[in-house]
Amino acid sequence: MTRSLFIFFTVFTASLCTSCSHKRDSALLPKPTALGAAIVESSGGKQTAQAGTLLPQPLVVQVNDEQGNGVSGALVQFAGAAGVTFDPPNGLSDSSGQVTTNVSVGGEAGRYQIVATTFDKSHKKIELKVEEIALGYQQTLGRTLADQYCQRCHNPESTAERVSNYDNLEIKPHAFTEGDTYNKISDTDLAAVISHGGPALNKSALMPAWGNTISKSDIQALISYIRSVSDPPSRDAGPLFAKN
Amino acid sequence: MNAKLSTLWQSLFGNSVRAFGVVSVVFLCSLAIAPAKNHFSEWRHYQHGYLKMIRNRSEANTLQRHFQGGIQQIWLPDLGVVDRCTSCHVGLNEASLTDVATQPFRKHPVIPHKLDEFGCVICHRGQGAATTVAEAHNSTLAWEQPILPARYIESSCGECHRGALPGTPVLNEGRRLLARYGCVNCHTVKLADGTTMKATDDPPSLSHIADKTTREWIYAWLKDPQAYAATATMPNFKLSDDDARDMSAFLIANSTPVAGDSIALPAKPSSDPAAGTSLYGESFCASCHAVQNAAGNLVGGNVGPELTRVGNKVKPEWLSAWLRNPRTYDPGTAMPHYRFNDAQVATLSAFLQAKTDSDLLANVHLEAATPEQIAHGKRLVSDYGCASCHEIAGIKKPENFAPELSRIGSKPITQLLFLPGMPHTLPDYISGKIKQPRAFSPGLKMPQYTFTPGQVDALTTALLSLNDRSTTLPPSLTVPAVPESNYQPAGKAGKLMSDLACFSCHRINGHGGDMAPDLTWEGSSVQRAWLVSFLKNPGTLRPALIRRMPRFNLTDEETSELTDYMITVYQNPVIDRDSIPLSGYSAGEIELGRQLFYGKYSCQGCHILDSKNDKGYVGPTLTQVGSRLTAAWMYQWLKNPQSLRPGTIEPNRAMSDEDAQAITAFLMSQKGSTKKEVAKK
Repeated sequence: MTRSLFIFFTVFTASLCTSCSHKRDSALLPKPTALGAAIVESSGGKQTAQAGTLLPQPLVVQVNDEQGNGVSGALVQFAGAAGVTFDPPNGLSDSSGQVTTNVSVGGEAGRYQIVATTFDKSHKKIELKVEEIALGYQQTLGRTLADQYCQRCHNPESTAERVSNYDNLEIKPHAFTEGDTYNKISDTDLAAVISHGGPALNKSALMPAWGNTISKSDIQALISYIRSVSDPPSRDAGPLFAKN
Repeated sequence: MNAKLSTLWQSLFGNSVRAFGVVSVVFLCSLAIAPAKNHFSEWRHYQHGYLKMIRNRSEANTLQRHFQGGIQQIWLPDLGVVDRCTSCHVGLNEASLTDVATQPFRKHPVIPHKLDEFGCVICHRGQGAATTVAEAHNSTLAWEQPILPARYIESSCGECHRGALPGTPVLNEGRRLLARYGCVNCHTVKLADGTTMKATDDPPSLSHIADKTTREWIYAWLKDPQAYAATATMPNFKLSDDDARDMSAFLIANSTPVAGDSIALPAKPSSDPAAGTSLYGESFCASCHAVQNAAGNLVGGNVGPELTRVGNKVKPEWLSAWLRNPRTYDPGTAMPHYRFNDAQVATLSAFLQAKTDSDLLANVHLEAATPEQIAHGKRLVSDYGCASCHEIAGIKKPENFAPELSRIGSKPITQLLFLPGMPHTLPDYISGKIKQPRAFSPGLKMPQYTFTPGQVDALTTALLSLNDRSTTLPPSLTVPAVPESNYQPAGKAGKLMSDLACFSCHRINGHGGDMAPDLTWEGSSVQRAWLVSFLKNPGTLRPALIRRMPRFNLTDEETSELTDYMITVYQNPVIDRDSIPLSGYSAGEIELGRQLFYGKYSCQGCHILDSKNDKGYVGPTLTQVGSRLTAAWMYQWLKNPQSLRPGTIEPNRAMSDEDAQAITAFLMSQKGSTKKEVAKK
């Protein structure tokens, strides 16, 4: 009796182990034809998207050799905190050494660290860490308001559809990503400068007073958005979701 | 074996004392099951974890004071909410826990609603009354509504909020797409307020299509609309060659001519090869129509159809007639009647005819259609529900052609057919259906759309918001949408305005497009002389805009008809046009205004007043504002811009009466040189 029980348990554990390990391998990684020496970001880092949604641009990373030239056929795997999804989750680098993936950030607001891994010639892991920003409800509202009221001057980038006013201003406004500037200003001061204009903090009068146009809660939403996109990150940028 | 059992029996129940002892132990153990289950419950485990986590934080005392052990419950009988989620999600209301990354201890992100007024399940779905992780979050035999993935969370806002909200871009986009891509032409969507969702696409009538285009083009278009124009609204019906052949045969055979929609022009196109390009540019065709440039990027607006390969599509005689007056062929078109002269029509027509793609129709060779093919084509046209969107002579618009979607967001999972390997959830089903409608069963008619992943998510979000709760919610709890007005101006001017398609771009009294300024109070706002000269030759008011008002070549009579109507009818009741004089301000007042303009209010950041020094691109140019606006409007605008045009980005500066008067005086002194320019023309 005990013997049959023992045999049963051994078989059960063994099958459990194989099924588990099988699960891990079932993602069937493509076979790399080359190995790189370094992995760098080409584009797609530091983007913002609403929590749980797809980033506007794909993430592109490049595998390089010792001379900094792209290596084709190297395997790159992407990983992130729970909730982050990749399409595709791994891939071989193309002729210019690049791998492209579409990233959906997790369902909670904050910063998500994404790790792209490849192996070098001595089969050691080399990693690239990229951060993406997920906006919650308040930050999304702030982003809408910023696009409507602020970005024409605060965003230096011009498109044909929307010409930036940044270059026209004698005293330049600060882009909202400028963490070095914004992180030194407290929430109260930021709210004051938005409500009462630049002179409230001895700054330029080119920044008008918005206190009669934008409601108090909307100003809070704006501040929350500015905090969430600032680089380096603000103290209030929310948690950093790293690979677990 | 038996002997063993009887010794065991003897040792346990050999005498009454022993038996009593054993039974008591068994009884005690069974009594202990419930408290033990409670003790080892998941929520207790999480509450212990929470207490452990907060112990090391600086604000531990405050958090400890707020903490309440045991099962917590939010009970809202009006909404049918019994949510015990806060038993594990302990720190939802703790403002200081924003940096916590581990669930279930995070603070809830800031939203406009209070947790204890709405509970959790209203927005997140899931089973609120459950007290285990699996039962609360996943679908179970007794509860098939799992937690809603974050990407669709805005659907829950849409249950009560029927209109667009600034904080829900995904939901707004999804609702827009449902209407814009004609989903609601086939699928009825009844809204809770009793109305039916209306499509905003403008599918052309096919009753006279033979005047406009060839059978070959129809064939190529039916086979793959996106090959003709990447931006085409028409989806791909995946027709076989024979089916496309027969449908094109039927549409041509069924078409009846319209008098005057094809003309042979007496004029020749201009000999200058650049004339077409410059006329296309001057007429601001690109404000509404896009064309693919050499790099493959679309340049231009999306009000009208893409014109990259229009030369493959339209017949030259039809195009000439269309350019001369589009309303002959399609009385309801969004395209304005430009009043081009024959030479201009010929030039523009030749320019557009040259926009072709030699590959598009290269392999299309169709034999003359047989009556059987035409009959088969007619059957196919009815079968595929073409008349749901397009007007087709002889075929009635089918009623309820596709399943109604009014409550799709509550559809029971047991009624759904999933594809192999697909997660069995409603959002996955809906997005799968939008992505690949024909994959679900071979006989399905729903065509293939070319939505981006973001658009699929937006559509899914909008569809999930159409559910039982949204339809059964008491009206007191809903926030209705602002209904679209169907305002139409009356009389001769009204006719002229629909001929010029003013409402394709401008909004008046809540009706019309949003590309150009709202004209609801235009009569209070501008001076008559300026409006006359602007309608004759629209100048640049906003230097950074690429969408501009075109010139319609109006006659003097038409211009004064329009101007008179707008000046008299579009009056704001608050503003008395003549209460403030247009000129005659003292030099001192003007100078004070100048100082306020450049100093205290720094208006030059957004507006150009002195074209040499000012560069502001955000607001309109003010170089000639004294000849353009009325002083009464300007004063009221400075005092409170949003009272005149809700949503304008001009900030309300809460100006004192004196400041507003001085700036009005200064701006009214900026007469510019309009008169000279007009004289030159």
